[in-house]
Amino acid sequence: MNGKPVLRVDRLVAGYEPGLPIVNGASLTLRAGEIVAILGPNGAGKSTLIKAIAGLVATPSGQIWLNGTDLRPLPAHKRTALGLGFVPQTENVFTRLSILDNLKLAAGILPAAGRAAAIDDVLSLFPDLAARPALLAGRLSGGQRQMLAVARALVVKPRILMLDEPSAGLSPRLVLEVFAQLGRIRAQGITILLVEQNVKAALALADRGIVLVGGRERHEGRSADLLGDPGLGALFLGGDAVRETGS
Amino acid sequence: MSEAILSYGSFFLTTALAYAILCLGLNLQWGKTGLFNVGVAGFVGVGAYVSAILTTPWSSAHLGGFGLFWPLGWLAGAAATALMSLLVGALTLRLRQDYLAITTFGFAVAIQLVLLNLQPLTGGPFGIGFIPRPFESLADRPLLFGLGNLAIVATLVLVLYLALQNLSRSPWGRVLRAIREDETAALALGKNAARYRLQAFALGGGLMGLGGAIQAHFTGFIAPNNYLPNLTFQVWTMLIIGGSGSNRGAILGALFVWALWAATGGAITAFVPAELQARASALQIAAIGLGLCLVLLLRPGGLFGLRRHAARG
Amino acid sequence: MSLQFLADGLLAGLLIGLGAIGVTLTYAMLRFANFAHGEMMSFGAYVAWSASFLLSALAGTAWPAMGPFSITAAVLLGGLAAMILTAGLALLLDRLLFRHLAGRGEAITLVIASFGASMALRSLIEFAFSSSPLYFSSDLQIAVRLGMGIRVTPDQLALIGLTLCLLLAIHLLVTRTQAGRAMRAVAENPTLAAVVGLDVRRVVGLTWVMGGALAAAAGTMAGILVQIRPNMGFDFLLPLFSAAILGGIGSIPGAILGGIVIGLAEAACVQFVGAEWRAAVAFLILVLLLLLRPRGFFGEAA
Ligand SMILES: Nc1ncnc2c1ncn2[C@@H]1O[C@H](COP(=O)(O)OP(=O)(O)OP(=O)(O)O)[C@@H](O)[C@H]1O
Ligand SMILES: [Mg+2]
Repeated sequence: MNGKPVLRVDRLVAGYEPGLPIVNGASLTLRAGEIVAILGPNGAGKSTLIKAIAGLVATPSGQIWLNGTDLRPLPAHKRTALGLGFVPQTENVFTRLSILDNLKLAAGILPAAGRAAAIDDVLSLFPDLAARPALLAGRLSGGQRQMLAVARALVVKPRILMLDEPSAGLSPRLVLEVFAQLGRIRAQGITILLVEQNVKAALALADRGIVLVGGRERHEGRSADLLGDPGLGALFLGGDAVRETGS
Repeated sequence: MSEAILSYGSFFLTTALAYAILCLGLNLQWGKTGLFNVGVAGFVGVGAYVSAILTTPWSSAHLGGFGLFWPLGWLAGAAATALMSLLVGALTLRLRQDYLAITTFGFAVAIQLVLLNLQPLTGGPFGIGFIPRPFESLADRPLLFGLGNLAIVATLVLVLYLALQNLSRSPWGRVLRAIREDETAALALGKNAARYRLQAFALGGGLMGLGGAIQAHFTGFIAPNNYLPNLTFQVWTMLIIGGSGSNRGAILGALFVWALWAATGGAITAFVPAELQARASALQIAAIGLGLCLVLLLRPGGLFGLRRHAARG
Repeated sequence: MSLQFLADGLLAGLLIGLGAIGVTLTYAMLRFANFAHGEMMSFGAYVAWSASFLLSALAGTAWPAMGPFSITAAVLLGGLAAMILTAGLALLLDRLLFRHLAGRGEAITLVIASFGASMALRSLIEFAFSSSPLYFSSDLQIAVRLGMGIRVTPDQLALIGLTLCLLLAIHLLVTRTQAGRAMRAVAENPTLAAVVGLDVRRVVGLTWVMGGALAAAAGTMAGILVQIRPNMGFDFLLPLFSAAILGGIGSIPGAILGGIVIGLAEAACVQFVGAEWRAAVAFLILVLLLLLRPRGFFGEAA
């Protein structure tokens, strides 16, 4: 895991209303090819952090660098074009478009000549989707939707893939399947930033974990070390107690 | 000469203050509670017609002959409109904001059709005349007549203003503010929030009905064409320009816009050749529409800076 | 019983549907009901009339009618000009007004602003053309009997044909092209659309162009069918909104179906109840709809 840093977030502040920061000075670095999990109690600001990186939440201060490009002034769609993929937790597919149209839509930012091949490539990873390309995405089950959302993000071959709780609401078997899929995606050289509630599964897959509390990272470490840390369990049970002692 | 000016001034102020009552009603609904009513003209029309029907002498052209004393007509007009608002509100207040806008707009269209088409009840396109005016006996002494009318309307506006100010400082008003500004508070209040909204909507509607009745008794004649969407638009412009959310803004907005309206109208009558006057009036409306857009873009709090809180999005 | 209302209602409904496409898409994308949409129809009708008038003046003589139709090539060209100019007007409104207010996040002030814009546009049209009605043609059309008591004029048939062609074009545009997919995507979920890499502002602009052009086409055809008045678009507003809500906000096929339902109901009202109540029909349907199915019948509102 000694790849070059690809994404660097520095003392980022983000929130939904002026003067009410939800993410409050968070920093992190992603290196090429690694999988990093962001963990933390409910309401810690995990989703807000990756939405801010994706360009969906206002960031009054701090920095976001992607391969040397300052992302902060760029709107969300330009960040996507620079290779930042994002799979939101909910409403992450267009239910009124077919599976194929969802993928074609995403492929629109590629040069016209490469689109069909890119879609074929990604469909070969997801046989369930490839079987019924004309089906409306609104008719897919929760697991299949999640697959489509990931496939949609992969069509454009992002450098970094960010996922917000990809295992939420899925059966244990599907969770395993999703995480196995993420392993294969990493094997293709895509760096992954993952927000998860499912701490065990996430750390089993991730190289490193970052624990976010009150909008700022509070622990950071290799997955194995975090798993062995007795303080971590307490953190999730008593998020408020931790917040009191914190900063 | 000065008497003519004074009597014109009181005529002008009376008209403007009648609009101020409509604005106060809209401010209660929109400014204070965030209820988006685009059917103001319909509510004003209901108040005007109810009061007119109850107070006019018998006529074969429309329902009538009750000959009530005019203050009773005003009260009945306000009450009937409040009741109507209660019904409309019960149907629509649980809808999303923009659906409420469309439904109230449709309500006003429907009311206008009823006024136009139910001839035995409303007199149809010919409207209702001979509506008793306060101080009718003074009609041949324009100054006294005008001042008398002005005194009535000005007193009413003052009373309503004080009552509304008190209301918005009362616990009831504080709940309204909480509902308007904070979805979670509204949700926590649940069913009660809906009741508060409905009360504000009905009360605001009642004020519009009262304003309509006053206008009717001031001009002595009404017809369905008085209650076209243009009226709704005028009242909205007054409130936005005055600064929605503020009762003082509502009154100032009404005075200010009516002054502009009357001045440009007067200029058109004086300077534009007769055959072009219809067109010039169209330009007058266009200018007001443009003015509304400009205020929204450049001074969303109104011209007078009276509004403390931004209107809810 | 004559089934005349079916023919009249179908055509009126198709025109309502054409207009409602713009309403439903901008509603879904910007979350506001555009009260100025009716004026785009009127504006289009007046542009088409002016352009065809100009073309006739340039030719020095009236253009020959095409076959049994009163519609001349000049009117068709005028309609085309109307679509282009109205698309421009829609873009202009977006740039100058709606975009700024939308940026502030107060969706409902957009509605007030559109109300002001509607009033201003309507009055400007009245200023320029006065309130007396205009006609594309003074020719009398001889109606053809279709059986079951239905009579239609050649113009009505031509307009139904034209509308169906337009609808087919829209269908192809929306389902087969990237631009169409982008519009449907932004209508469903603008945030996700940005995540997917769409420039939402551009797509919204594109939608204004399409909505404006279709409104102009509908307005022109309504003008051919009846007459052109400054108020014509404003009178269409309630039917447009009802059709959009009936069809489910954001759904194009829904808007068309909703338009046809409203058109048929209005025509039935005219035939069986009386023309004077026509304007209330859309309101009644709307109220029933909001009471029974606040999310629309044919589609699912966001
Ligand atoms: N759209 C929004 N507008 C305003 N506040 C929001 C919004 N979304 C989230 N918040 C607030 O931001 C805080 C952090 O939310 P966020 O979703 O980032 O937490 P999280 O760590 O992802 O929690 P969870 O584990 O529940 O997903 C919460 O207090 C929440 O109420
Ligand atoms: Mg979250």
